[in-house]
Order: sequence, then structure tokens, then C-alpha cells
Amino acid sequence: MALFDAVLELADDHLVLGHRLSEWCGHAPMLEEDLAMPNMALDLIGTARTLYDYAATLEGQGRTEDDMAYLRGEREYRNLLLCERPNEDFAQTMLRQLYFAAFMHPYWQAAAGGGDEVIRGVAGKAVKEMAYHIRHAGEWVIRLGDGTEESARRMKDAVEALHLYTGELFEEGAAEGVDALPSRAAIKPAWEATIDHIFGQALLSRPVVQYPQTGGRRGLHGESLGHLLAEMQSVYRAHPGATW
Amino acid sequence: MYSQGLIGADGRTTESPEFLEAFQRRIDAEEKIEPNDAMPEGYRRTLVRQIGQHAHSEIVGMLPEGNWITRAPSLRRKAALLAKVQDEGGHGLYLYAAAETLGVSRDQMTEELLDGRAKYSSIFNYPTLTWADIGVIGWLVDGAAIMNQIPLCRCSYGPYARAMIRVCKEESFHQRQGYEIVMTLARGTPEQKAMAQDALNRWWWPSIMMFGPHDADSQHSDQSMAWKIKRFSNDELRQKFIDATVPQAEFIGLTIPDPDLTWNEAKGGYDHGPIDWDEFWRVVKGHGPMAKDRIKARRKAWDDGAWVREAALAHAEKRRARKMAAE
Repeated sequence: MALFDAVLELADDHLVLGHRLSEWCGHAPMLEEDLAMPNMALDLIGTARTLYDYAATLEGQGRTEDDMAYLRGEREYRNLLLCERPNEDFAQTMLRQLYFAAFMHPYWQAAAGGGDEVIRGVAGKAVKEMAYHIRHAGEWVIRLGDGTEESARRMKDAVEALHLYTGELFEEGAAEGVDALPSRAAIKPAWEATIDHIFGQALLSRPVVQYPQTGGRRGLHGESLGHLLAEMQSVYRAHPGATW
Repeated sequence: MYSQGLIGADGRTTESPEFLEAFQRRIDAEEKIEPNDAMPEGYRRTLVRQIGQHAHSEIVGMLPEGNWITRAPSLRRKAALLAKVQDEGGHGLYLYAAAETLGVSRDQMTEELLDGRAKYSSIFNYPTLTWADIGVIGWLVDGAAIMNQIPLCRCSYGPYARAMIRVCKEESFHQRQGYEIVMTLARGTPEQKAMAQDALNRWWWPSIMMFGPHDADSQHSDQSMAWKIKRFSNDELRQKFIDATVPQAEFIGLTIPDPDLTWNEAKGGYDHGPIDWDEFWRVVKGHGPMAKDRIKARRKAWDDGAWVREAALAHAEKRRARKMAAE
């Protein structure tokens, strides 16, 4: 069941990050971002749905995508800590998106040539979406990093707040030894090159992290994930067995 | 944006009787009025007010529905609701662009919304209390909006009419999607059905109030009709909406909360009970249950985002300066 677990990990990353982005809808700094963030959230939630559905098929016990998303608690969620970090301000939201997309883009590129048909299908679509997310979030990181004094300070604070969660991106997790999925550790040079390219223009530098945070793959999350799930799952859980 | 050059442009015209007659002849001949055409100041002001209110309604309308994105009870519903609320934001964007062709900027209109000078549809000052509200809003509120907006596709002002064609296509999709949510609930568990009926009970009267006061009490109507900004009266549109909606409620076994609702064979439509105009005016004048919260949320988003907008401008300026220096 290593593939099942690995697919679930990926699905959780996408749903949780998509949910975080969706929290901005109607509250963004400008109307264009009120359109762009839901757009990116839709990409992520769409990918999560396909992956949950695939995980349910691999498991073969009749669970649905909604059972996967709505009936597991925070100890069962396997998402990366980066994906669950609260939105805080627009600088952190865009940096979180850049960190994730800069990883997922080369990851899906590698997965597109793998041996699993469903994963290849997901990858083919997601590669294009992640390229756009890098462009959109990356442009904001540059604008904010090289904008006003305040935006530059907020961008530096964002790097300070989030960089310690990036090491977890490269942990193999349940995908260790799963042929259908690329090695996560092998993605690191491509990720660093993207981040360095953007940070160079944003007047930022990639910090050396002394004490990285990790644990999401083992269900060891921060405290905010429980609240996210409580909100997300409230209606579904209040009406067991109902169809929506 | 092609409208930029028109913002703040001097659109003043000498409104001689000959000018007004010639303008009216163009309207009567169903010609479209375009941004650079001479137009009476009243026509321009009416459109700025109406398109601005329409744009603001789309933007404020993102809040009551956005309230359920994080709690949507299935991933399919979550994605659909996100896409719907995003559509509303898109409508706001191109309606602001249509208003900009009349010489006002989006920032100016936003300031007017935030300081209370500009109005928006008061339906959005009611709260969304359960998931069923999301279905009922799509079904009734978007349904009522379509009744109002379909005739606007033929409005005499070209940019507004053209914007409305796309808006109506999307609203019509939202209406069907909302009805499908309510239908699913009505055919679901007893709790789900009760939730749907409760939402219908709360949204029915505010929805039929969306068409505005009775024709006899409507202050802007006559001139707007003559200018072909408006093509049907409030009461005509309300009647169409009720006649279309009652059978939809019956089909899914829900009851319209109006004991006086009866089919009138002679007029070929429904007669409805009295509308609570005190409530209507209270909400229109800014005393709806969520009025303060809506503006507070919009103001917070605008104020919290100020540093982002400033940074974007500062960065663009730096780039421009660097490019100039390099040339």
C-alpha cells in the first residue's frame, strides 16, 4: 500500500493548501487577486480530488474522495507543514505558494514520464498549472521584495517564517521505493535554482535553517490544522451519510 | 485598459433642446451610445450610478457566499462554489471597466462604496446561515438578478450592454447550479429538506424585494425607460420572476412562504401577498442585519491590502526608471 499512502500524502498537500488559498476569496488586496487566488485554489483542489479518488480506488474499500477529505482527523492527515501554515499576510501567502509550486513543477515533470497511468495524467495537467503558480507567486515575491520599505520587510519576515518548513518538501515519506513516483530528494537542485532565480530579483537570500520543522507525513502537525479541518468538515460530519 | 484615457475626461455637453432631441432620436432608433459620444449629463450620471451599484453588488456579494467556501460539504461543491464566487468577482471587474468608460475610476468607485456614498444590492445584507442558503441564493437571488439583467443586454449604452451578455450567461449557470443544490437537499434527509425550506423561507421575500418598489413609487424609472437603460418596470419583472419560480418550488416539494399566493387565471400569473415595505426601506437605507459587517469586511480587505498595492506601484516605478537608465 506504499503507493496508496504516497498518493494520499500528495492529495492532502493539495487540498490543505487549496483550502488556505480559498480563505482569501473576497478579502484580497485587489480585485485581480480575488480572482487569481481562487483560480490557484481550484487547480489545487482539482488535483486533490483526482488523487483522493485514485487513493480510494487503490484501497478498494469503497471509500470516496469525500470520505478521504472529510472523515480523517489531524493525526491522519499527512500534508506537509508548509501547506497548512496560516495565510498571515499576502507576502507569506505568495511565498508559501512559490515554495510549493517551485517543488511541484519539476516533480510533476518527472512524474509525467513515470509508469503509472493515473499519475501521468495528473502530472500532465498539473505541470502547466504549477508553471503558472510559479510565475504568479514569483512575480509577487519580486514586486514585494523590491517594492517599498514595508513590503521588503514583510517579504523578509515571510522568508524567516516559512523557510524552516521547506526541508520537508524533500523527504521521501511514503513514496520511498515507489516506482510510479519520482524521488523527492532529487528535486532539490531544481527547486533551489528556481528560488534563487526569483530571490535574486526580489533582493532576498535563501537562509540557512538551523532547526528545520518536519512531521506532517507522520501526522504531527501544527495547531492550526485542527481548526482548518474542524471548519472544513463541520457540515459533512453533522449529517452522516447524507448526499450533497 | 482602453477606458483609462476617459477617466476624468470632460464629458460636459451643452444640453440644448436640439441636442437632447437628437440624442433621444438615436435612442429611439435603437442605436448604441458609445463612450466617446456626446450624451446628456443625466444619462452619464444615471449609468455611472447604476453600473457602479451593479459592480459593488458583485463584490459585496462575494462575502455571503464566500462565507461557505471553507465549509462546503463536498469537494465537488467546494470547487463549484469557489468558481462561482470567482465569477462574481469577474463580473465586478468588467462592470467597473464599463463604468470607467464614463469617466470614473475604479478606485474612486471603491472609495464611494467604502464610505457609504455608493449603494449595492441590499439582498447581500442578509446573512448566510446554513449550506442551504448557498443553494437558495443561486436559485432565487441569481434568478432574480437574471430577470433584471437580461433586458440590460439590450441597454442603450454599448459597453454596459456588451458586459451584460457574458454576465447573464454565467448568472444563468449559477441559477441552475443553485437550484440543483436545493433539489439535492429537498430529496435528501429530513434534516436537509428542513434546511432547504428554512432557507427558502428566509430568502423569498428579500428576493422579490430585489425588483425594487412598486412602479408607482419608483423614482428613477420613467427617465431610465425613455433612455432605454431600463426596459421593463419593477412590477413586470417581479411578476415574471414569481411566475417562473413557483413551479420550480412545487417541483421539488418546497413551499413558497406566502399564504396569499394564488394563480390568477385572468392575468395568467400569480397574485402574491403584501410585501413588507418597511423592511425593504430599512434594509435599503443601510440597516440590514449584515450591513455594517459587509462594509467592515470590504474596508478591512482594502486597508490591509494598501501596502501590497503601494509596493506594486513602487516596483513598477523602479522598473520603469531602470529601463529608462539602460536606454
